[in-house]
Amino acid sequence: MRKRPPRVIVTKIGFDGHDRGSRVIAACLRDAGMEVIYTPPWQEIPTVVKLAMEEDADVIGISSLATDHLIVPRLMKALREAGLQDIQVIVGGIVPAEDEQQLLQAGVARVFHPGAALEEIVKEVRQLAQKRHERKEVQA
Amino acid sequence: MNRVGQSLFGAQGIEAARERWQHEFAAGARQPGPTLNRSGIPIKPLYTPEDWSGAQYMEQLGFPGEYPNTRGIYPTMYRGRSWSQRQLIGLGTPEDYNQRVKELMGLGASALSLIPCNSVFRGYDADEVPPELLGTCGTVVNSVDDMALAFDGVPLGEMSTALNDPAPFTLLAFALAVARRRGVDWNRITGTSNQSDCISHFVANHMFFRLALQGARRVVTDHIAFVNQHVRQWNPLSIVGQHMQQAGATPAEAMAFTLCSGIQYAEDCLARGMDPDQFLPRFTFFFDISISLFEEVAKFRAGRRVWARLCRERFGAKDPRSWRFKFHGQTSGVDLTRQQPLNNISRVTVQAMAGIFGGLQSLHTDGYDEVFTVPTQQAARIAVATQNILREEAQLTDVIDPLGGSWYVESLTEQMEQKINAIIELVDAAGGMYAAVEAGLVQKMIGESALAFQTRVDAGEQTIVGVNKYQIAEDAQDYPAPQYPDRNRMAAHLRRLAEFKARRSQAAVDRALDDLARAANSKTDNTFAQVVGAAEAGATHGEICATLRRELGFGQPLTIV
Repeated sequence: MRKRPPRVIVTKIGFDGHDRGSRVIAACLRDAGMEVIYTPPWQEIPTVVKLAMEEDADVIGISSLATDHLIVPRLMKALREAGLQDIQVIVGGIVPAEDEQQLLQAGVARVFHPGAALEEIVKEVRQLAQKRHERKEVQA
Repeated sequence: MNRVGQSLFGAQGIEAARERWQHEFAAGARQPGPTLNRSGIPIKPLYTPEDWSGAQYMEQLGFPGEYPNTRGIYPTMYRGRSWSQRQLIGLGTPEDYNQRVKELMGLGASALSLIPCNSVFRGYDADEVPPELLGTCGTVVNSVDDMALAFDGVPLGEMSTALNDPAPFTLLAFALAVARRRGVDWNRITGTSNQSDCISHFVANHMFFRLALQGARRVVTDHIAFVNQHVRQWNPLSIVGQHMQQAGATPAEAMAFTLCSGIQYAEDCLARGMDPDQFLPRFTFFFDISISLFEEVAKFRAGRRVWARLCRERFGAKDPRSWRFKFHGQTSGVDLTRQQPLNNISRVTVQAMAGIFGGLQSLHTDGYDEVFTVPTQQAARIAVATQNILREEAQLTDVIDPLGGSWYVESLTEQMEQKINAIIELVDAAGGMYAAVEAGLVQKMIGESALAFQTRVDAGEQTIVGVNKYQIAEDAQDYPAPQYPDRNRMAAHLRRLAEFKARRSQAAVDRALDDLARAANSKTDNTFAQVVGAAEAGATHGEICATLRRELGFGQPLTIV
């Protein structure tokens, strides 16, 4: 199988519209050579699941600055129900420490907090995409 | 050589002295070249009368309260009255909010704010959304009854209230309905419709109600017209630069784009035949204050001057009150760090100083913990104390425009003004702010500035203490626990909403919503008058927003990467 660059959805679910973080991350991953599918804020969870399926995304990045991370467990459940549990989900933004534990337990691969370096995020996304490809190959 | 330079140094004296100094400086300085501020303006190591002579004092500065208002919009400034301390509040249910408001009134607060829940921002009632998200970032207010509860015991005719209330301005409609129930004259109500600037939401913040841009444009103009006539002490418009700067615009870009939005709102009102001397005195502005102190001071001074000139020369306003650039400032959350969070108290102090030196009328200082959560009580108290310390201990208010006349600040103010005017020309050439936003021009510039700033941080060119320099190993237990609303109280609130809907006259609600839909489709009816009518008839926020979304179009954010 021909190897393609990591394919990443950068999105926001819930009600918050502050999108500086998601735009900067999307531009940075794009500049790092990845295939980025960027959406505007306020996506519904079923829309994100459908997009992930249609685009064969490796990683979904959720940006949350105003408590929208509280519905990320709903997204994780929806991905599992759609058989997409191999897709890696990362969350970036304002996530209190207590809530981070809950997100990790719900299956989120990594939470990035304010101040995370772009370089570190790029590295993590590459590794997660690689991990997903390996899992897919094992499954195949 | 100019006159001021001559009198101070003698005609030849300053040039010879400058050359001597330049030689010494070049030999000893670590960084001899200019540095760039956040707006991309080169900053020299020293400013002298050669940079700003004061020869244009009367044209460029004048006296406080006099055109072009560079030194301040009132003759007395803080010697007359202090800025308003207006801290943002909003959490949980209307009762939670009311409890907090009563505490604040007990502490002597004279101005209130109401931040609604994000579900309200997005145009939905509490029974339409995932319950996890209710009341986590603001108060759930969906009806006239909710507003009556939120403002229980609050004297609406005396207390100035800032409602975060984008189009279609249902919160003001609910407040007016409450005032009518209590027999309070609408013309006694004072405050501001914050977040009423639909353009800024399309560009940056996206907290609007999903009305398509042109529909939102119609509703905001209706709102200004209605309020000017029926709620005469209310400020119907707050033009927002804060969203754009938080989204990454440089201070110069944020000021320029905000003034471009102001131009559009003013020209829309003029196109309806409204009198600039009636609507302009009720225009207000809202800005972010970053930690780049001198740059922010120059931004506000330049903005004040440019706006005064626009009002007089472009809009033809004759009343000096129309030229006043009244603004609220909020210390920038983007500058705050999760690392070593108590350092944020220092940052907020510097930001607040920049706003005060910039001549603001109203100030919100962020809690140091806003990087984690809605502020804890301790952080909120420190934020208020910071304002009191700056005003009464540090005595920052003794002198009006204390940085005026600084060769650096005046030179920087002029350079900011040039940058602002260049962007206004660019946007005018693109057909105005609506067209520039629809074409993505504004979003693209802001996105590029945001990425450029982050790249400078990552490269270590812009220091952020504790993030890319001076890091220390931290204990995660230092972080405050998140504060979420009490689930039982929120469940009770949902039951109350259901009871409210069951109890009201459905026929009256249907009629009012039909009237609203008709107004939206007519060219001449005022939609906001019908929003008020619907609120009084018992229609909920979600129903009013849904009606207007259906009639005026469903808005999608105009974002690009």
